[in-house]
Amino acid sequence: MTESLNITVDRRQGLAVIYTEGYINNQGGEEIAKAAYKLLDEGYKNILLNLAGTKIVNSIGISILIEIIEKMIEIDGKLGFCCLTPTIEKTFHIMGLAQYAPIYADEATAVGQMQP
Amino acid sequence: MAEGVLREVTLALPMVPEMEIEASKTATAIAESIRMSPDRIDEVRMAVVEACINALEHSHASDQEVFVTFQVLGEPGDAEKLRILVRDHGVGFSPDDVEEPRIDKKILLDGPKRGWGLKIIRGLMDEVEILSGVDGTTVVMSKMR
Repeated sequence: MTESLNITVDRRQGLAVIYTEGYINNQGGEEIAKAAYKLLDEGYKNILLNLAGTKIVNSIGISILIEIIEKMIEIDGKLGFCCLTPTIEKTFHIMGLAQYAPIYADEATAVGQMQP
Repeated sequence: MAEGVLREVTLALPMVPEMEIEASKTATAIAESIRMSPDRIDEVRMAVVEACINALEHSHASDQEVFVTFQVLGEPGDAEKLRILVRDHGVGFSPDDVEEPRIDKKILLDGPKRGWGLKIIRGLMDEVEILSGVDGTTVVMSKMR
């Protein structure tokens, strides 16, 4: 029954991209947080979450994403999202997340906006 | 227009992690069978996931089960609506006492970041009703085809 989440990270100049594949639930959210906090420790202040490989999330997973957004704000960094399904994007808007973390349609646009 | 139940399927799911995925798969199959659009199916799927998680986390049901009923409504040959009932036999709650979560009260402030389930369900479905009492809770939610 397990729907695990796979994560890959692409470190670029001044920006890291986390790619997810699978279900973002509590475990998936924790995996993303672990990857994001490691990037913060490495000095990255701009992180893009590319959710092209994620078709479903739940509110527990999203609440962990909120914690990451908080952490980024505290260090004057930025977390952005790209490649969301229409439903995930709608959910983020219902929750008001877009006020604190920009949502981009595609990765090229996101990188263009977020890379210093 | 009279609205009858054309088809009904009920799942009895044990309250174990990721049981919500099983419910979401059935939701997808039934919504596809009435030719709901993919984006609307996704919204149904997510609402089902949230309702199941709420039951799993908050019901404290002694039988440790969630019952998910899918009803296709309409007239014969013309399915109009998918109605889903997510029921538990837990302790119940008062929906009016649940404060609507706001992001500005969740972010950069101490306190829980969670509590979004009902808001998400209401935002994604066309109709939502919550029936709750000492015998448990039923979330009734519908989406037009």
